[in-house]
Amino acid sequence: MNFLSLFVLIPILTMCGLFFSKNLQQIRVAVATGASLLLALAVGLVFAYLGERGAGNTAEMLFTADTVWYAPLNIHYSVGVDGISVAMLLLSAVIVFTGTFASWKMDFLQKEYFLWFNLLAIGVFGFFISVDLFTMFMFYEVALIPMYLLIGIWGSGKKEYAAMKLTLMLMGGSALLLVGILGIYFHSSGTGAFTMNLQEIAQAHAMPISLQYWFFPLVFVGFGVLGALFPFHTWSPDGHASAPTAVSMLHAGVLMKLGGYGCFRVAIYLMPEAAKELSWIFIILTGISVVYGAYSAIVQTDLKYINAYSSVSHCGLVLFAILMLNQTAMTGAVMQMLSHGLMTALFFALIGMIYGRTHTRDIREMGGLMKIMPYLGVCYVIAGLASLGLPGLSGFVAEMTVFVGAFQETDTFHRVFTIIACTSIVITAVYILRVVGKLLYGKVVNEHHLALSDANWYERFSTTVLILAIAGIGLAPLWLSDMIRASLDTVIAALK
Amino acid sequence: MGYANFLLMKEEISLVAVIVILLIYDIFGTPKSLKYFQPIACILMGIHTLVHLYPAAEVSAFGGMYHSTPMGSLMKTILNIGTLLVFMQASNWLANERTLIRRGEFYMITLATLLGMYFMISAGNFLMFFIGLETASIPMATLAAFDKYKQKSAEAGAKYILSAVFASGLSLYGISLIYGTTGTLYFEDIPAGITGSPIQLMAFVFFFVGLGFKLSLVPFHQWTPDVYEGAPTSVTAYLSVISKGSAAFVLMAILYKVFTPLVNEWQAILYWVIIASITLANLFALRQQNLKRFFAYSSISQAGYIMLGVISGTAMGMTGLVYYVLVYMLSNLAAFGVIAIVEHRSGKITIDDYNGLYTTNPRLSFVMMIALFSLAGIPPFAGFFSKFFIFAAAAQQGFYVLVFIALLNTILSLYYYLRVIKAMFINKSEEPIAKFSSDNYTRISLVACSAGILLLGILSTVYENIGTFSFGL
Repeated sequence: MNFLSLFVLIPILTMCGLFFSKNLQQIRVAVATGASLLLALAVGLVFAYLGERGAGNTAEMLFTADTVWYAPLNIHYSVGVDGISVAMLLLSAVIVFTGTFASWKMDFLQKEYFLWFNLLAIGVFGFFISVDLFTMFMFYEVALIPMYLLIGIWGSGKKEYAAMKLTLMLMGGSALLLVGILGIYFHSSGTGAFTMNLQEIAQAHAMPISLQYWFFPLVFVGFGVLGALFPFHTWSPDGHASAPTAVSMLHAGVLMKLGGYGCFRVAIYLMPEAAKELSWIFIILTGISVVYGAYSAIVQTDLKYINAYSSVSHCGLVLFAILMLNQTAMTGAVMQMLSHGLMTALFFALIGMIYGRTHTRDIREMGGLMKIMPYLGVCYVIAGLASLGLPGLSGFVAEMTVFVGAFQETDTFHRVFTIIACTSIVITAVYILRVVGKLLYGKVVNEHHLALSDANWYERFSTTVLILAIAGIGLAPLWLSDMIRASLDTVIAALK
Repeated sequence: MGYANFLLMKEEISLVAVIVILLIYDIFGTPKSLKYFQPIACILMGIHTLVHLYPAAEVSAFGGMYHSTPMGSLMKTILNIGTLLVFMQASNWLANERTLIRRGEFYMITLATLLGMYFMISAGNFLMFFIGLETASIPMATLAAFDKYKQKSAEAGAKYILSAVFASGLSLYGISLIYGTTGTLYFEDIPAGITGSPIQLMAFVFFFVGLGFKLSLVPFHQWTPDVYEGAPTSVTAYLSVISKGSAAFVLMAILYKVFTPLVNEWQAILYWVIIASITLANLFALRQQNLKRFFAYSSISQAGYIMLGVISGTAMGMTGLVYYVLVYMLSNLAAFGVIAIVEHRSGKITIDDYNGLYTTNPRLSFVMMIALFSLAGIPPFAGFFSKFFIFAAAAQQGFYVLVFIALLNTILSLYYYLRVIKAMFINKSEEPIAKFSSDNYTRISLVACSAGILLLGILSTVYENIGTFSFGL
């Protein structure tokens, strides 16, 4: 039994624990233990990974384990990690951990809530540890369905509409994806011995280019739906706005990254020729995502919508960077996934905390909160600064790498779109500062808000963890970017 | 004719023995001893299932009239399990005053249709096949009309028998044309005589109608919603899984074995039938309120998915189909088990009635939810795996567009399955269905179904074992 499987096993055990717990106390013990173990495991994994690499292990995937699952179809339960999946696992563990604490005061059906939350975690972790397409796809779908119930039951606003829209659109994405995966599978080798193993498919590289033209767009759009690719992003604002806090955190923070991760791990890595030929279409679409998301965020008045559109813009940038198809930009893309995951989770956590006090998310009905709840206010400012790319925080490192990488592509088309994408930095500053100014400073709009209290211990705890992570990446990015960059070698080699 | 031939048909003989024992018991049992009818019927059926659990070797009897393959034997086992589950779920309904005195009939008639399906599956000759088809159809009409005091039930029986007879007639006409052009009715000899002449194509189409009706494929589906709605819930469950599953298997076996030379033609026909079945049924299902009608349309679209295994014409398709039927059977029976017990305890049957069910009956809602997710093809439930394998089988033969259309339809189907889940878990209700406890039979059957739904996908051995018996074109 490989220790990577623990990432799936711990949430399963947590679910079992939840199933037998009788009161709120036991539920909390179960989820806190589970989340802490996961975080510890992820941190341990980072050290183990860096240790192995330091010792000179240059295999593409480390800690691999392989068990035949469906022998007739050559489907394996096969796990392994490279630098990118390690980074994503760490991100997921941090967000599951903080999300658990952010939903500490969940007021009804706590048991069911955490059961579904853990199922979601299983999907996410399983996806990142898999190196077998089938298992990967299965975990991807596992992650989709708890969303429906989490948003539909515990959400707010037009939750039923949002939950249905989100589920159906993501299911649509996975429909495209499944056709793509079947296509890849049945062309995975010239000899008729088909395989689902990502590395074997990439090595055999047997799919004719004419077919790649068909299956690349299917896979890319399939994952792109989850990564908020324009025009398939519309589920994201509604979904994020209606979801309960921890689910917004996990969804914007991690699930949208499944899209970006899948795009390059499956679409680009396995079908590099088509990726090179067709990338222009998707560069245009992601360019639109980046700018359109940012502009939309300017005019929103609901805090969650602002942040949701900001996520569309930032996740668009992830896909945009991936499509530049060079090592620097792709490193930047993964950094951006991490950075956006952390800061958007922080945003959603803070919004949830503010909403829990003021019972409104409309920025016109709030003001001067800095005086009333200084801790939350300061956290919000930090998240905002990370989002608009202040040096010293994670956003700067990520966007810098992305744009440096994008500028390496010297032809006019790439230049133009890089410049267009760059403008989003300015627009981001506009909407962030607008919210910060309106919400935190200025006059207190509502007298009742003066009686509100600042953050509790568990709120402080979860936000502090996130801020430390953001600042950590911002101040010491090199180990991370080296780890990611080294793991991209194989993808880049496939593209050449 | 050697009487020893009879002994070769082990499964059929054992089933007949069950029927005879039940018949004698029903006639000669004192009212006091008849109290145990239900458990004894279940136990006998259980024994029958267990004895034949492992597929028997290939057997040919009566000069090839009867031809049982290991795969057919496996299919019979699956049908046995399904029938046993239906028997367990029926106990509640049969225990009421009106049906109590006719309880024995329910079991015997159901087993008689099962016997018909056995012969259909093991047929080696079109006459044998036709006798099986009729044995499976005609008693089914009496089952549909079992609640004869209810107008809808009587109507369902009448509708079923009229459409069934018409479909069998067409099928028989097709068979006669095949006999006329090839000069034989034996499955083994027919392929040599098939030239693809127009009259043989016509024969095939007529023949196809008969099984298309049993499978309720579009455009032979019109009877389905009315009969499903009117028939007693346990009978609906039986119709939707056992009858459908056996017909799917028989259709596949005959297309593979007999109509091999016409493969391009039947693939072309199936192509459009699949698209029509899946799409139309899903569109109609969107607006259904009555859960039994809802599941009628759902089962039509599921039949379309099942046909994806047939169209591939490979061993992988056959494995996929049998596996799909097994998973679909467990999922549908779990759903019908819940519907039956809720209907019996509260008399409620529409989706709106299920509003807030989770607050009063969390376990039943949970079973219903995993059944629906499994039907929609969501992991980690078995439905995901069965859909994946059947899509893979079709995609392997290059039917990517068809798979794509089927996949788009899974979005539609997810929408309407989620409507029920939304009613149970999200919607609030002033007066939800009151809390009640289920009887032990229902409990056992629901636990068995849920266990199957949860485990069949994760444990790959079931699929692999089915695969060892499959054969392609």
